[in-house]
Amino acid sequence: MCDQTFMAATFGPCDSCSKPSPLMNIYIKNEATNYCSLCVEMMACQGLQKGETLESLKRESETLKKKLEEERNKLNDVELHQVAEKVEVLSALSIKTRRVLKGHGNKVLCMDWCKDKRRMVSSSQDGKVIVWDAFTLNKEHGVPLPCTWVLACAYAPLRSLCLIMNGYLGLDNKCSVIPLSLDKNENLAAKKKSVAMHTNYVSGCSFTNSDMQLLTSSGDGTCALWDVESGQLLQSFHGHTADVLSLDLAPSETGNTFVSGGCDMKANVWDMRSGQNIQSFESHESDINCVKYYPSGDAFASASDDATCRFYDLRADREVAVYQKDSIIFGASTCDFSLSGRLLFAGYNDYTINVWDVLKGTRATILFGHENRVSRVRVSPDGTALGSASWDSTLRVSWSFSTGSNYIFRFIKLLFWVNSRLVLEFTVAF
Amino acid sequence: MTINTLAKGGCHREQMACFRKMEKVIVAMQDPDMGMKMRNQRLLITVIPHAMTGHDIITWLTHKYRISEEEALHLGNMLVKYGYIYPLKEPRCLVLRPDESPYRFQTPYFWTSTRWPASELDYGKKKLKIYMYSLLHKRINHTWDFVVMQAREQLRSSKQRRKADRIVLECQEQAYWLINRPPVRSITLYCIQLYCVVHIEACRKALGRNRVKSSICLEGFLKYSEQYLNHDPIMQGCLPSNPWISDDTAHWTMNAEIVPVPTRLRVERWSFSFTELLNDAMGRKEFMTYLEKEFSAENLYFWQACEDIRHGENSKIVEKVEDVYKNFLAPGAARWVNIDSKTMDKTLEGIKRPHRFVMDDAQMHIYFLMKKDSYPRYLKSDLYKNMLAKAIVPQETKKSVFPFMRRQRHSSPSPAQTATQAAEEEGLAKGAGTRSLYSVV
Repeated sequence: MCDQTFMAATFGPCDSCSKPSPLMNIYIKNEATNYCSLCVEMMACQGLQKGETLESLKRESETLKKKLEEERNKLNDVELHQVAEKVEVLSALSIKTRRVLKGHGNKVLCMDWCKDKRRMVSSSQDGKVIVWDAFTLNKEHGVPLPCTWVLACAYAPLRSLCLIMNGYLGLDNKCSVIPLSLDKNENLAAKKKSVAMHTNYVSGCSFTNSDMQLLTSSGDGTCALWDVESGQLLQSFHGHTADVLSLDLAPSETGNTFVSGGCDMKANVWDMRSGQNIQSFESHESDINCVKYYPSGDAFASASDDATCRFYDLRADREVAVYQKDSIIFGASTCDFSLSGRLLFAGYNDYTINVWDVLKGTRATILFGHENRVSRVRVSPDGTALGSASWDSTLRVSWSFSTGSNYIFRFIKLLFWVNSRLVLEFTVAF
Repeated sequence: MTINTLAKGGCHREQMACFRKMEKVIVAMQDPDMGMKMRNQRLLITVIPHAMTGHDIITWLTHKYRISEEEALHLGNMLVKYGYIYPLKEPRCLVLRPDESPYRFQTPYFWTSTRWPASELDYGKKKLKIYMYSLLHKRINHTWDFVVMQAREQLRSSKQRRKADRIVLECQEQAYWLINRPPVRSITLYCIQLYCVVHIEACRKALGRNRVKSSICLEGFLKYSEQYLNHDPIMQGCLPSNPWISDDTAHWTMNAEIVPVPTRLRVERWSFSFTELLNDAMGRKEFMTYLEKEFSAENLYFWQACEDIRHGENSKIVEKVEDVYKNFLAPGAARWVNIDSKTMDKTLEGIKRPHRFVMDDAQMHIYFLMKKDSYPRYLKSDLYKNMLAKAIVPQETKKSVFPFMRRQRHSSPSPAQTATQAAEEEGLAKGAGTRSLYSVV
């Protein structure tokens, strides 16, 4: 945690030396304090003088970590796949890709569904953001942007759109909000409003329950909550020791927490009101690329560069499942749950999407089709379809063909019926 | 992976782990006992030993990892793409063909994880360093000869394989940059110490957490998935049909925000949890009707007002908090809500300095009051039961006889349009004189 990690969020008198300077917001013994960088270093120095060497601190840190693991394991009386033995095995899933949205000129880095279940927005490295009606394959809006790295986009509940842009040399670490309007000729790019500013690239964004607040995660190791109207920083979240790559809001009753995952291999759960880190999970072996909550809000899944996806239980405070296979070598970059939470869709860097049975821990099916790495998978809001964006500059929409009223089955049924009738005729005749 | 590595044009950090895994696969393939069967392949007039066909590769992968042929083809393609296996017939085309085309293993010299300083990359000379091979010598003993032979062949046919080599050499260069890139962050001693202190605090706090037994938590997941199984279109399909399959938007029109008669699945979902009921606009309306019969509608109005404060614009917070106080909390208010005295005192204190979360305690109290009291009674009430009985179960549309006939897909109104209309209506209502949505007398 050096200067780069902390965002100089405020400028004012330091809590200890009262000199006006850029302040760092740090937590010492659960208290939030604002110190200037000189005082931070002095305080750390004092700690050293009190006889606590770096070695002793490191040792204490390690022993506490081990103790925590023991505590967690005490309540671990059964594994998920054991409990899931009584659940029915999934019938063979038949998921096919039937829509391909072409129109981007370069890698598609992000996509998101609109609340109306058929529209989606996608952003690409060619600097364009396109709003599609995925059902009719129409392009509804196209927003050209000045810089090339549009890393992420998200739809707000009502009608605005959020975009994260990063200048080519990392100079433009902004997050902007665009109000969508009907007029297709209107220059939407001119209406964009810059909301968030970080000291390093912004990796992910999400609206909270309304159009008015925005959560962002950044390469400077912090997450931040912004007021869209004024662009003011409402709360910042410190605790990651490396770039934060992804975040997701909890679908819980109180709606106050979110989870973030980063390059320090940790997934942290935060309280939006106080800015505190409530829980932390460290079991991945490489960068966590994506985190997503289970629909009930009691657990979340993470996708990582170590080619595994893991499932963490928040109430039991531990990892309960690892989704991996020897034949899966490349890292997972994105994940999402189906509506019931039974399936986990994960997009990998080997151009495939693996579908995991969350409860049993096995792989249900694998989807091919993309010609470059899959950057984002998202299930539509009503769970009818799966959208995926890829570096091959296309987006694909896939869905499941339930075997119930299959044309072929009906034909076979008809054959049997005819057969049985013929047999009946014969027996009657004789 | 972060974009910082992308921007520098260097090899992605995470790919080193992938290369090691791929090398494991390659080494397993060359295992004398369990590995692939090599044979002599004929290429024009030369006979090349220790080669294999594309078909063999796929069969081996299918058996070893118990995967489908399609997946084995995909995995094999990756191995070829990253240069661990190269084709003999069309060296420029790095694709695995599942037929009799011959392939061979690339020498470890050119493996991506091999780290050679850039200065030693000499395109013309192929120096084989023996000490590097001694580690692998035992396992790939039989390929030693072909490695030597390959070097000779490379000198002979260097023009033919230039592209493949170039690609592999590029990977090597990337590996060089990976080693030699500048350190990520320079961390001072004090920073490490500070990190330790904070980490220790976090561990201590975590030790004091309340945890729930695994068996109880995991049962929760099973129950949830089972409950929502019928509502998951990917698992069970949806009625009347999945719009994406049949090109018929009936499913979406039937489940729109406000409909005259909701579907049965939707009404059933209201009984799953209180959040489900409140999140559905129709459900909330029905619940409001019920509460008005019970003369406790002010609870829901209060909860809605608090949500508005929490998620609304920063500039309007003070105004909204005042409104809420006047309508719900002040003694003798039109819609006075029944909160316990402790919470009431705390809230009234907080109102003196209003902020976004000042109503949270009171809102929680009322929320749980409704959840524990009014909600269960609503589910048992005639109002809900009638709704359930009235609810439609859409008929499953039969698939057309000619599955190739496609229906015309129509576009729907843009959500921006509906939002503008809603905003206009709200504006009109406000302009007509009512101060807020809740102060109807």
